[in-house]
Amino acid sequence: MRVFGLYNYWVFAVLLMIGLYAIIARGNLVKKLLGLSIFQSAVFLLYISMAKVEGGTAPILRYAGEPELSSNPLPHVLILTAIVVGISTIALGLAIVVRIREEFGTIEEDEIQSKVRDQ
Amino acid sequence: MVTTVFGFVLLTLLVVTAVAIVVTPNLFVAVMLISIFSLLMAATFFLLDAADVALTEAAIGAGMSTILFLGALALIGEHEARRRRKPWLPLAVIGLTAFTLIYATFEKPRLGDPSAPVHQHVAPWYLEQTPELMGMSNVVTAVLAGFRAYDTLGEVLVILTAGLGVLLLFAQRPARQAGRVPAFIGLRHHLIPRVVGQLLIPFIVLFGLYLQFHGEYSPGGGFQAGAIIAVGIVLHALLEGEPAGRAILPTRVLVGLMAGGALLFCGVGIAGMLLGGSFLDYAPLAADPVGAQQLGIHLVEVGVGITVTGTLVAAFHAFADRERLR
Repeated sequence: MRVFGLYNYWVFAVLLMIGLYAIIARGNLVKKLLGLSIFQSAVFLLYISMAKVEGGTAPILRYAGEPELSSNPLPHVLILTAIVVGISTIALGLAIVVRIREEFGTIEEDEIQSKVRDQ
Repeated sequence: MVTTVFGFVLLTLLVVTAVAIVVTPNLFVAVMLISIFSLLMAATFFLLDAADVALTEAAIGAGMSTILFLGALALIGEHEARRRRKPWLPLAVIGLTAFTLIYATFEKPRLGDPSAPVHQHVAPWYLEQTPELMGMSNVVTAVLAGFRAYDTLGEVLVILTAGLGVLLLFAQRPARQAGRVPAFIGLRHHLIPRVVGQLLIPFIVLFGLYLQFHGEYSPGGGFQAGAIIAVGIVLHALLEGEPAGRAILPTRVLVGLMAGGALLFCGVGIAGMLLGGSFLDYAPLAADPVGAQQLGIHLVEVGVGITVTGTLVAAFHAFADRERLR
């Protein structure tokens, strides 16, 4: 059972690498952004997994009765804001991709490079 | 035990979905899969006791981000070119890195270990002091807008900058062409989605407002509320067509909202300075110390909500309003 406690971190490592693969090995710019999205989500998963406390609950306190054990609120705060920042950067990236498509007529990396070389 | 098994299944599905996203040659399929990926991720966060984060991921990842990707795909087409070469080098790099990362995890504390270093630093102090200093039950909101308001201000400014970047990139219009595609007209001719969608919009916005103003006592806050209200407004534009959507909130107003929210956040900070405290010190805002903190947090969260709504809706309109080439 001890080894199963690491499953979240393994999934983090695998997702991180799947995202990285899409970024470095795929030529399509939208695919690269999707990979970046997966990469970000993997980091979110790492933080939220670290915040978990066995037998705890969400960090929302009760005023009456016994205080409950709750998970660590700090990673939650960091990731909550990071998700919204993540979509803003993805939107910016997509806007750049759309502009590239309008200028070069393609969003494949190698085709863009050959067009730039021809100019 | 059931939760653990469910968590395992969700995590495994996440990996399967991620592989499918990378492998599929059709970008439309990939975007639909990333929506599912986000929903699975939101469920995983919920199982890991992160209610606020799950709410944000569900609203942003599965909702807003999918719409933005589809808006972009409508402009650039959905097919990915096949590559000839086998990517042996990238595969070797990621294989080696994955192996190293997994090897490193054996030194990490097990999931949920209460004696892990991450739980020993400031987190117990936040959990202890929040009821006394802030008088609210949601510790995440108290840390976000109270204890660490500086961080949040920085994040809001990043969101504002990214939103402005999208608008500036699209400021230049492509040359008009003879065979251009007419502006997006929405689902006006589809009766059932339109009626059902219109019925949903008031409830979506109401839920957003509830999250905004009840975020101190239950999961919620400016980021989630902003995203959900933005989804409501975008749904209206999707149903009624881009011109009708733009008519209720023109770009001028949206830019005003984006900047206004950030200004409100900064204004609360400066008000604290003028009243004799330091920047983002809420204590001088009211006589009662706990009341002053709550007032400051409320105002700051409203600022966050306004900026997030403005940015997301403006980004959507920027994509939806763009003319398609060829």
